[in-house]
Amino acid sequence: MGPGMSHLAVLPLLLPLLTGTLLLLLRRLDIRIRRGLAFASLAGLIGLALLLTRVVDGGEILVYTLGDWPAPFGIVLVADRLAVWLLLATALLALPALFYAIQGGAGAIDRDGRHFHVLFQLELFGLNGAFLTGDLFNLFVFFEVLLIASYGLLLHGGGRARTRAGLHYVVLNLAGSTLFLFAVGTLFGVLGTLNMADLAVRVAAAPPESAPLVRAAGLLLFGVFALKAALIPLHLWLPAAYAETGAAVAALFAVMTKVGAYSILRVSTLVFGPQAGVGADLIQPWLLPLGLATLAAGIVGVMGSDRLRRQVAYLVVASVGTLVAGLGLGTAPGIGAGLYYLPHSAFAAAAFFILADLIARQRGALGDRLDPGPILGRHWTLAGLFFVLSVLVVGLPPLSGFVGKFLILRAALEQPAAPWVLGTVLGCGLLGLMAMARSGSLIFYRATEPGPEPVHASASAARPPPPPPSARGLAPITLLLALAVALTLWAGPLFDYTRATAEQLLDPAEYIQAVLGAGP
Amino acid sequence: MEVLIALAIGILTACGVYLVLRARTFPVVLGLTLLSYGVNLFLFAAGRLAVGRPPVIAAGSPGYTDPLPQALVLTAIVIGFAMTAFVIVLAIKARSELGNDHVDGSHGP
Repeated sequence: MGPGMSHLAVLPLLLPLLTGTLLLLLRRLDIRIRRGLAFASLAGLIGLALLLTRVVDGGEILVYTLGDWPAPFGIVLVADRLAVWLLLATALLALPALFYAIQGGAGAIDRDGRHFHVLFQLELFGLNGAFLTGDLFNLFVFFEVLLIASYGLLLHGGGRARTRAGLHYVVLNLAGSTLFLFAVGTLFGVLGTLNMADLAVRVAAAPPESAPLVRAAGLLLFGVFALKAALIPLHLWLPAAYAETGAAVAALFAVMTKVGAYSILRVSTLVFGPQAGVGADLIQPWLLPLGLATLAAGIVGVMGSDRLRRQVAYLVVASVGTLVAGLGLGTAPGIGAGLYYLPHSAFAAAAFFILADLIARQRGALGDRLDPGPILGRHWTLAGLFFVLSVLVVGLPPLSGFVGKFLILRAALEQPAAPWVLGTVLGCGLLGLMAMARSGSLIFYRATEPGPEPVHASASAARPPPPPPSARGLAPITLLLALAVALTLWAGPLFDYTRATAEQLLDPAEYIQAVLGAGP
Repeated sequence: MEVLIALAIGILTACGVYLVLRARTFPVVLGLTLLSYGVNLFLFAAGRLAVGRPPVIAAGSPGYTDPLPQALVLTAIVIGFAMTAFVIVLAIKARSELGNDHVDGSHGP
């Protein structure tokens, strides 16, 4: 490891934090300058993530000791394959989301309030921090950073429905934070450390009489992460929150549930893996059944939705279920398949949220309700996109959803739970396909020409039809689709990477050695 | 002293949980506050209770208390404080926009 190399691990935190602070100071400047800054930061983040990917792809684990305090005493940032994979996915997802936020001239989302770009950067800061940190309490702090930024983004633009959904979201997450602190306090009280690598060592060496406390704390942690990931039965907050917020924000939030899944994966493999003594295999057995149940519940929600955006939000729940089921297989191919599926599901959900918003904006009072409406501007372009995105999200060939599900199913074949996994995933895929076909026909096939103008000509003159989405308006979706196509085309090398990631996770000795062996 | 602290944490948490489950925003906010008090005390006690010990190693002292939980509690208090302020403002906004203080914004009795 070159002497300056480990500093790379702290840059994905500094860049959005400093940009966010700068944007706060410059909030009176022209919006074009602020947008430029936000995009520059994002381009930097993507570049950094690509650079880090090249560095960690050789199996190296970058450890950055903040303040140069040696590992178990100070806070460390750890960039291993898993952390970098999520950094890259987040940065790539944020680009189209930000691009959509600046669309629409005077009605652009980022003009609704002065602090959109600040909050957006701080959200990225919190997300990157949660992925990189190697300390449990620090993970709590970064969770709070990304949550408070997400509260601001969720409520951005205001409105009754948004306030109501926001209140639920905030209260639930505050209760979750309290539980997180109880778990952290218990672990610290029993084991005397919060560094995750050190925790792994101490849990493995803990005496049997400390088992109940350690296991209770571990399961409490799992509960908190399951709330963030929207696993059943803690998934009910998600549809309301995601369906009511702005489309650009919802697109970025597509990665928020992945933070929960990331934390579950990290803690369950590193601290509570099979070698963990009193805490051995604490979380792993829960993942597969909960993942499949979440998938089923998500699909029921997809079928029962009467509004398109709520339907997409339930698709997010279903994708979390698929992802966690993949992780729950517990083998390198299974976890690798789950990790391959993760960016795909984020890109697909984000693209769908944006498309739903484009449709809803043109239908006036009808909004995104699943009822036959007028023929839209660029009707068949939107319909085509709807078709392609449905194929993508449901997991039909040839796009990345199919590859992801195929990899998960192939990994499941070796396991005794195979019938359950195959039955649920395939059955839910069929039901999801039917639900999306129904929505598509209601919105596009049964659309009618607007009837003869009402008698009051002045009323129609007062409300001109909304302009059809321009080519620029469709660009974010195109970008997300291009990412999904790239995931499909380079599925081989990418799956090699995620599979190597899974192998690295299943052998935590390497991580522990990298963190605790990195002396001053 | 341990029993007293344990009882205090338990009562705070129990009251907090009860209040969080209420249907109006003000009790819910109070409940979240009580929960955060409870968890702050809990974190503080995680470093073991000791009387009259210095927080750093000092010559001639029979021992020292763990300084880390105090740092953790300080962080948790600051975060909890900020979150409480935010949720109060949000509750007031919800009251004015939805016309009542029910957590679901519907018409309660």
